[in-house]
Amino acid sequence: MAARTDIGPPNYKTMLPPVIERNYGDWLYHEILKPGVLMHVSKSGETLYSVRAGSPRLISTDHIREICDIAEKYCDGYLRFTSRHNIEFLLDDKDRVEPLIAELKDRGYPVGGTGHSISNIVHTQGWVHCHTPATDASGPVKALMDEIYDHFVEAKLPAHVRIALACCLNMCGAVHCSDIAILGIHRTVPKTDNSRVPNVCEIPSTVASCPTGAIRGDMKNKTVTVNEEKCMYCGNCYTVCPAMPIADPDNDGISIWVGGKVSNARSAPMFSKLAIPFLPNNPPRWPEVVNAVKNIIEVYASHARKHERVGEWIERVGWERFFSLTGIPFTDQHIDDFDLATETFRTSAQFKWR
Amino acid sequence: MANSETPLLDELEKGKWPSFVKDLKQAAGKNPMARDLIHQLELSYKDRIGHWKHGGIVGVKGYGSGVIGRYSDRPDLFPNVQAFHTMRVNHPTGWFYKTDTLRKLCDIWDKHGSGLTNMHGSTGDAILLGTTTDHLQSCYDDLSNAGFDLGGSGSALRTPSACVGPARCEWACIDSLDLCYNLTMTYQDQMHRPMFPYKFKIKISACANDCVAAIARSDLSVIGTWKDDIQVDQKEVLAYASSINIQKEVCDLCPTRCMEWNGKELKIYDEDCTRCMHCINLMPKALRPGKERGASILVGGKAPIVRGALLSWVIVPFIKLEPPYDELKNLIERIQDWWDENAKSRERLGELIQRLGMRVFLKAVDLPAVPQMVKAPRTNPYVFFWPEDLKKEVK
Ligand code: SF4
Ligand code: SF4
Ligand code: SF4
Ligand code: SF4
Repeated sequence: MAARTDIGPPNYKTMLPPVIERNYGDWLYHEILKPGVLMHVSKSGETLYSVRAGSPRLISTDHIREICDIAEKYCDGYLRFTSRHNIEFLLDDKDRVEPLIAELKDRGYPVGGTGHSISNIVHTQGWVHCHTPATDASGPVKALMDEIYDHFVEAKLPAHVRIALACCLNMCGAVHCSDIAILGIHRTVPKTDNSRVPNVCEIPSTVASCPTGAIRGDMKNKTVTVNEEKCMYCGNCYTVCPAMPIADPDNDGISIWVGGKVSNARSAPMFSKLAIPFLPNNPPRWPEVVNAVKNIIEVYASHARKHERVGEWIERVGWERFFSLTGIPFTDQHIDDFDLATETFRTSAQFKWR
Repeated sequence: MANSETPLLDELEKGKWPSFVKDLKQAAGKNPMARDLIHQLELSYKDRIGHWKHGGIVGVKGYGSGVIGRYSDRPDLFPNVQAFHTMRVNHPTGWFYKTDTLRKLCDIWDKHGSGLTNMHGSTGDAILLGTTTDHLQSCYDDLSNAGFDLGGSGSALRTPSACVGPARCEWACIDSLDLCYNLTMTYQDQMHRPMFPYKFKIKISACANDCVAAIARSDLSVIGTWKDDIQVDQKEVLAYASSINIQKEVCDLCPTRCMEWNGKELKIYDEDCTRCMHCINLMPKALRPGKERGASILVGGKAPIVRGALLSWVIVPFIKLEPPYDELKNLIERIQDWWDENAKSRERLGELIQRLGMRVFLKAVDLPAVPQMVKAPRTNPYVFFWPEDLKKEVK
């Protein structure tokens, strides 16, 4: 059969469990029965249970079939994924909730990620499948989640902590408004291979690929030159010109950003701000990155007030105290020098010294 | 096997969190592409660099998007991933699935690709990770026959996404799922045939908790809200008094300090409330959004490339959103037309507004200036006036 085009995705209405169909728009309230288990109660008195389980996001078809087996056994085949890569098993039979959790635990699925916990880390492709990564994505995420596992299956933090990882400045994961953002950065300009450029690259499109206009055509030698002052290491040129590799094992690595949020609850949404400019790539377990993030979480957990997100806590105690409490050194990289930098400079005589 | 060929990745099979390496190996057991993928990844772990490059344009008939071309830079070592393209499959809105649908997707992907996926990618699509150029069309045909379609990529409308909304959430002020599905179906052409200056993202959250991060990640952000008073059930407020400290946790943390609690009754001065959701989040049984519900429309949100990250800006503080959503669609089309006409290549909507000015944008899309658009009015005196507002010189 010839394929049709523009049919759009499967209609979500055909994917909803009957209990949701019956109570669509009629939910009255919900309770978190325990970490990972939500109970939504409708005006009709019906209840929906959602059991949330962690996933590595990069999953095989066999893994998906296993998820299907579980959903068929306990949930009549209904489930959803969350925007943070979790799996949610949806059921209306309370008696099946505990057996479902038992089977999930048996099969190694962490159940949690609700309330004041650390949910799954939103992340990108990394070395598994992208061409401009400054670090891997799945690896650092796995290494970190192993270490902060308890924060997923329990909910004991002052508020929820959203962590996200993007492996280059393109930020497929748009990590820039996370409580803790892990961002891969290149620090060196692309290395133009002048002998290959004439054969594998089209010069005008290579020049045009640079967002900051750092690339100039060198028509005489049929190659390009990069203005080092203008390059901000995004790797876009490598996308169109494979003779301009940007990866650099010793100088690529990870930066850590803190204090962003997207929810409007209490404070307005805010960007994450630079905490640590550079940590090395140290696979397979990225210990420097894992320890740095754990340290920030621990200091936050012991100093923030209930319901205070990371950014709200830092705004209350002040950035000078964030750096002194965490022991993270403050450097000139922390001071903005891009457009609108001066908006972040302090223009008051108000400081905290302890 | 005496010595493992992937000692570095093996290390990541240990630990409590589910391991992607286990999934890679599971797929590698059945599929030569997945086998080469895991070995190439091991090399990346050793070299500490990626081994992929972008290549020529690949795709399926009739579409300019939905497929991302990817090639190994070491085809000599890993011939089975010489070409290893991604297909973006538009997810069912809200990421709801029945298992028969998921199983169909798995069968198609086992037949045509590596057997590896991302559930889901950052934009929301189900990502089918890695197949060869000659499988793209047949995979697409099978997907289409099974009721799936591709999502957006490149300079196109990207797959819109929405929070779970009224399907499960008591706080939904709009039907985020219906709106998202409706826009997705209306704009199939914009998604599949890239004709914009750059990407355009639409994300919909049905309340200000913004579970899909619309404000940070979309050129056009729709965020549910209400206009009248928070609905209060005093009996339930009292019931919460035994489990939370209402004064400390609710009233003292209200950003506008517009609540009073005397131990028996909660008083909300709604004229001061900014609808931040905090109190409602804490006492869902007792407090509910008002009855006059709709959404705020914001534009310009994006990640840093090129001129820095932006959070979306308010352009319509309140709009009712009911099918067929003509008013919103009309606005979206006015915005896209203006952007299309004025943007340079790879200039996102937010950057164009930065360059030409909000004043010019508002006039072009015919929206009135209202105080809800700003944190504060300007502080500089470089005020421009439209020529038609000035008195003509009389000689
Ligand atoms: S963040 Fe950058 S390197 Fe990572 S997947 Fe996205 S574009 Fe690729
Ligand atoms: S890495 Fe980015 S900024 Fe640097 S030259 Fe290439 S495209 Fe331009
Ligand atoms: S954005 Fe609001 S309505 Fe949507 S799922 Fe989140 S809390 Fe519920
Ligand atoms: S919604 Fe926010 S601003 Fe309004 S009363 Fe509740 S806490 Fe205060």
